[in-house]
Amino acid sequence: MANKTEAYIKGGSFIMEEIPFDRIFTPEDCTEEHKMIAKTAEDFVLNEVVPFIDRLENHEFDISVKLLKQAGELGLLAADIPEEYSGLGLDKVSSALIAEQFSRAGGFSITFGAHVGIGSLPIVLFGNEEQKKKYLPSLAVGEKIAAYALTEPGSGSDALGAKTTAKLNEAGTHYILNGEKQWITNSAFADVFIVYAKVDGKHFTAFIVERDFPGVSTGPEEKKMGIKSSSTRTLILDNVLVPKENVLGEIGKGHKIAFNILNIGRYKLAVGAIGACKRIIELSVKYAVQRKQFGRPIAQFPLIQEKLANMALKLYAMESSVYRTVGLFDDRMSYLTPEEQKDGNAVAQSIAEYAIECSLNKVFGSETLDYIADEGVQIHGGYGYMAEYEVERAYRDSRINRIFEGTNEINRLLVPGMFLKKAMKGELPLLQKAQSLQKELLTWMPEEIGDGVLEQEKYLLKQAKRVTLLLAGAAAQKFGQSLQQEQEILANIADAVNNVYAMESAILRTEKAIVNSGEEKNKQKLLYTQVFVQEAFQELEANAKETIVAIEEGDDLRILLSALKKLMRQIPVNVIKKKRQIAARVIEEEKYIV
Amino acid sequence: MNICVLIKRTFDTEEKIILTDGIIQEEGAEFIINPYDEYAIEEAIQIRDEQGGEVTAVMAGNEDGEKELRTALAMGADKAVLINLEEDVEDGDQWTTAKVLSTYLEGKNYDLILAGNVAIDGGSGQVGPRVAELLGIPYVTAITKLEIDGRKVKIERDVEGDVEVIEASLPLLVTAQQGLNEPRYPSLPGIMKAKRKPLEQLELDDLDLEEDDVEPKTKVLEIFLPPKKEAGKILKGELEDQAKELVSLLRSEANII
Repeated sequence: MANKTEAYIKGGSFIMEEIPFDRIFTPEDCTEEHKMIAKTAEDFVLNEVVPFIDRLENHEFDISVKLLKQAGELGLLAADIPEEYSGLGLDKVSSALIAEQFSRAGGFSITFGAHVGIGSLPIVLFGNEEQKKKYLPSLAVGEKIAAYALTEPGSGSDALGAKTTAKLNEAGTHYILNGEKQWITNSAFADVFIVYAKVDGKHFTAFIVERDFPGVSTGPEEKKMGIKSSSTRTLILDNVLVPKENVLGEIGKGHKIAFNILNIGRYKLAVGAIGACKRIIELSVKYAVQRKQFGRPIAQFPLIQEKLANMALKLYAMESSVYRTVGLFDDRMSYLTPEEQKDGNAVAQSIAEYAIECSLNKVFGSETLDYIADEGVQIHGGYGYMAEYEVERAYRDSRINRIFEGTNEINRLLVPGMFLKKAMKGELPLLQKAQSLQKELLTWMPEEIGDGVLEQEKYLLKQAKRVTLLLAGAAAQKFGQSLQQEQEILANIADAVNNVYAMESAILRTEKAIVNSGEEKNKQKLLYTQVFVQEAFQELEANAKETIVAIEEGDDLRILLSALKKLMRQIPVNVIKKKRQIAARVIEEEKYIV
Repeated sequence: MNICVLIKRTFDTEEKIILTDGIIQEEGAEFIINPYDEYAIEEAIQIRDEQGGEVTAVMAGNEDGEKELRTALAMGADKAVLINLEEDVEDGDQWTTAKVLSTYLEGKNYDLILAGNVAIDGGSGQVGPRVAELLGIPYVTAITKLEIDGRKVKIERDVEGDVEVIEASLPLLVTAQQGLNEPRYPSLPGIMKAKRKPLEQLELDDLDLEEDDVEPKTKVLEIFLPPKKEAGKILKGELEDQAKELVSLLRSEANII
């Protein structure tokens, strides 16, 4: 995909650079092989897993184990495991396509994701040769199941505040682990746990702990709001003897593993959200077509159509953002030498390069899903509140996504922080850019916008980037080191950045599709993009005003506000009309359609 | 055991059929391996795994069929042949397909040829039997069980819900009915391997056939969708009156008496 004469796209660089459409990955770029992989995953989930959902929701976990083994036989657990360890070593797009299909299985997708993602990947990326040889082949086929134990009763978002301890025994052969890990997915049946503990109460370290080690036990099954098909328990470590060889990575370097795994968990969560959103849209539109009130299907009422259009167009922007990010990983890794590709550290760094994008995906993915689940229930009316209807479960299952893998609040705070770090390290010349922008603005006049395809949207995107830089620059100047305390402003900046990333992802995907197959075949994509960009831009405007008023006062405020006004000038499109057109196609196909 | 499977690419069972000017719109539709052909592929793979040999998947169609042939390879077929008719054949029928396939198979010495019982689109069920006729080998349709012992074959076939047991010998052509087996999913390793398996592309020329040789024997006069299902009617009143009304409706409205 990448043009090797160019450098890879730097993480976060989208905020200040213009990215050409041919440098991004879009779902339309999937190869035949990608489609076959997705089809196998889809068929497996629909035919083998979905019939068992009620029993899985009832905590019949022997079925979960059986299904994971079946998935393993098909290679569905092996995508991210290198070939040397009985895996398939597929690209990240393949692995994402599989994850997307699994989300149809509700809580079981969490079981699947915890195993292939946060459970197995710490060993894939940070295990030594012996550890990989010992554990990966059985994890690749589902013979053994993995889990990840980071959270504790007293440390959630503040993961490094863990109280679990590890102490080398007198013989120097084993670490003795003591503590309690909370809300551990797959804990009812996992064979291998990645456990974080502090050596001598100080050095945060990851360990591979087997279920059979004496002193390992689990608490009772938690009673959760949703994702009931997944097992969640406390992991109790009572003087567990863990062989020294099972230290994962280096002593005191556990945070490096934890943060890298979080990046992966975050984008994978967003991938899963795509699948869940598609399912809810399908359920909702099918219901709206069949449900009659006042003598006609409710799908004929414009307010229902508006809902369906909003759901579909938000999903389009989200899907475009997430697959673009996944494509960035593959692109970045294609610049690694064959030796580097075998080195987990280098692979983890390739993903960490896009840690900002991972956080954006996590927030945007989970909030889009929550929005769509909420409107899905609303379209179903009273029936949507009844447990017989799938949308009721989808609504409950959705809610956790805004909480785990770093709450959305934490992820929002991380975004400006990571930008600042990149600026300080000289990776992105953000401060220079913000300063030159401020000067430019004094004399800047709005440009003439043409009415060509996507011209208006590209103009708005350019303005959105300027406004975001302006906000970030002004905030950094005003607060300096104490900006950390201004959480509301940081979150607003994160939202502005997300608007930019989503607008751009939708625009570039649509542009690429139109260049490749013409406007006629991509009308729906164009409609989605036009409406989404305008609405995101308006959101950004309100956000920018609130932020600027909180930052500046007096004359400075007046100057900034008038600059903002100039920057945000636009000719609005008729979104009501466009949403009706969007809905018409969704209703015709009875599903999300691009 | 030298096994050949005949494959057709068909509309996905979920796909809506849209007619424009009397022609079925293929644009944007999803295509799959004809589901009955999947039973044939699965059976072929199982026999090969048990008795050794090679499975070749063959399709007469157009370029797009490569996708379905790759799927057959991913399921476990060893090689595939696509006879691309796009350039040479404008309209074909079952005869055309049977002629093309049998010409290709002529002299290839297959022990066993498997096909689907019917294709879910055209639904004629003719191609398999016609190929066997043209090759001069016996055939058994709609089979639900197949046992091979040396050159002897024991078959169970579905006859309108009853079972007929047949003994035959190789070489033989059979067509697969639902119930023969449970087709496997192409596994991910299978999909990766399929990329490297041979897929030969041929045209009419390569088979020494002229367009005239495969000219269809049938002609399509019209394509139309089945009438829309009307809402049901519930008759009310005394039973006797209801019965009378029903009879009169069957005569006048439904025109079936």
